Amino acid sequence: MGHPAVMEPPVQREVGSDVYNEKLGIWIFLGSEVMFFTALIGSYIILRFGSMESFAEPGKILNVAVTAVNTFLLICSSVTMVKAFAAIQDGDQKMLKVWLVATCVIGAGFVGIQAYEYTTLLHEGFGPGGYIAGSELARLGEIGELPANIGIYGSTFYTMTGFHGFHVTAGVICMVFVTWKAFRGKYTADDHRGVEVIGLYWHFVDLVWIILFTIVYLV
Amino acid sequence: MSEGRTHPNYVAIFLWLAGLTAVELGVAFLPWEKQILILILVGMALWKAVLVGLYFMHVRWEGNRLRFVVLAPLPLTVIIVVAVLTEFVW
Repeated sequence: MGHPAVMEPPVQREVGSDVYNEKLGIWIFLGSEVMFFTALIGSYIILRFGSMESFAEPGKILNVAVTAVNTFLLICSSVTMVKAFAAIQDGDQKMLKVWLVATCVIGAGFVGIQAYEYTTLLHEGFGPGGYIAGSELARLGEIGELPANIGIYGSTFYTMTGFHGFHVTAGVICMVFVTWKAFRGKYTADDHRGVEVIGLYWHFVDLVWIILFTIVYLV
Repeated sequence: MSEGRTHPNYVAIFLWLAGLTAVELGVAFLPWEKQILILILVGMALWKAVLVGLYFMHVRWEGNRLRFVVLAPLPLTVIIVVAVLTEFVW
């Protein structure tokens, strides 16, 4: 408890729950999201270890370098988000806007790079159903350089990263709305619930990516 | 407006996260046994996730009631992963 002033509530706490309603609501929502992503990851584990021959080794099909850059971007966006929260805690309207805009831009950058990754993979021949007929990757699969059938790999990869990308996209849209409200001066040091709630969601999305990056790209 | 307010060192947390990610990338392609690599990589990923939760999501400074809400789904995730892993034991 080294920073007792850090988490002063932006508004009066509700009696009983000890936090304001919006914050309790987002945490309960995030709890359901934990179950959602755990189900996906659990499915991935059972398919991966039950059918090792259907998955390519790290770096053989997926571009780890590009995704590492994306991971770095998402970590950076978590820092800009938490700096925005710290700024409005201090009543610093200018830095709140600066950090929120930075978070929007970096978040959109993540989505853009993921779109680039998807289009590149599809172009190379790695689709949600496995190899795309006639592609270079399909040829490598035929000659034994890559697994012969990677249908499970394709479907699990696109399902997990796709759902995460959807969450990031939704987060960016919500972040733009919060930023718009910030530019209209709707948040103060005494009431900045929106900033904290979107921040919690954003950090959760970052947290999920940290797990997915390791499981999908590195293991 | 910042009278006496202190904030955690968010940049230090960022450096930890970036550093751990760099180490992960270095370790992932070492010619070690797969099980050892998985243990190390998943361990580091969980370490990073805990850092994000504790410091960026401020769970470290929350009250016990909210901490309970935060921790409540985690045993269920352990149950689902253990249940899945038992597929390969029995």
